[in-house]
Amino acid sequence: MSRGPRVAVVVFPGTWSERDFVDAAPAVGWEARLVWHTSAELGAVDAVVLPGGFAHGDHLRTGAIARFSPVMRAVEDFAAAGGPVLGSCNGFQILCEAGLLPGVLLRNDHLQFRCDWQALRVERTAGPWLDADELTAGDVISLPISHGEGRYHADPDVLDALDAGGQVVLRYADPDGRVVPDANPNGSARGIAGVLNPAGNVLGLMPHPERAADDEVGGTDGLRILRSLGRWLSAQPAVAERGL
Amino acid sequence: MRWLADVHVRLRPGIADPEGQTIAGGLKALGFATVNEVRAGKLLRIAFDAADRDEAEAGVAEMCRRLLANPVMETADWELRVEADQVAGEVAR
Repeated sequence: MSRGPRVAVVVFPGTWSERDFVDAAPAVGWEARLVWHTSAELGAVDAVVLPGGFAHGDHLRTGAIARFSPVMRAVEDFAAAGGPVLGSCNGFQILCEAGLLPGVLLRNDHLQFRCDWQALRVERTAGPWLDADELTAGDVISLPISHGEGRYHADPDVLDALDAGGQVVLRYADPDGRVVPDANPNGSARGIAGVLNPAGNVLGLMPHPERAADDEVGGTDGLRILRSLGRWLSAQPAVAERGL
Repeated sequence: MRWLADVHVRLRPGIADPEGQTIAGGLKALGFATVNEVRAGKLLRIAFDAADRDEAEAGVAEMCRRLLANPVMETADWELRVEADQVAGEVAR
């Protein structure tokens, strides 16, 4: 495609990572645009990002109020039509509350807010956010985490279905790629750090790819996820022409 | 009529509750050696209007279903009563 992906970055009251996505946009060729949560429309975009933060103060439950913001109906329609949606951190929590992804994010098992670089094992490359030209299954990447409520939970049968369906795409790992309890920063079930919806177009992950976009601040592995979008869109001309 | 609902939102049984565990540890540290377990939750007191008890019950149930509890991790139960000021006022009349 000649132009870069047009990406709507949704901002709720309390979102804090939208500027990091906008700052990373030039490095991956995105035309990023901020969309306030009261907007009922996303406009002409190729993808939607729900950034991290504390939408509506995380009151009641993380994402519980945000999921009823007017913009979320547009996000749900966009996702249902196959449009690429990325939810990072609080965005992941919102996607779970909205039912676009299974499970829920609970308080970290040690009750601490955890802000650190975290090794992650790539379980599978699939869809618009994990392109095989950027990542390979088994890769160990390093991304920042920054959350107090990142303990992924779902019923055992749901976890089994996620595993069987290849929907678990990122797990917390040690630097050698081993998914072991000591490498799990929050007590997440089966070390789950990122999941896809069954169709593969919606990715939720607790880490922050947008904060690993510059060598000067620690690494650029996040760019591999953000850059995947353009590669995927280029290979999907039909989707691009539908203006999703 | 004005109603008050005390809605208790609880983590589902079996879900680890680190907040409750920490509180239990605090109680034990204070010498409450008999404490076996603490489960933390939320109490939401909701004041609202409904024509009668059936409508009030249905209203609270719907609030819980739509927003107040996430069934993946929580259960909700409630106690419902007519708001006390209103009862006092009706008796006075």
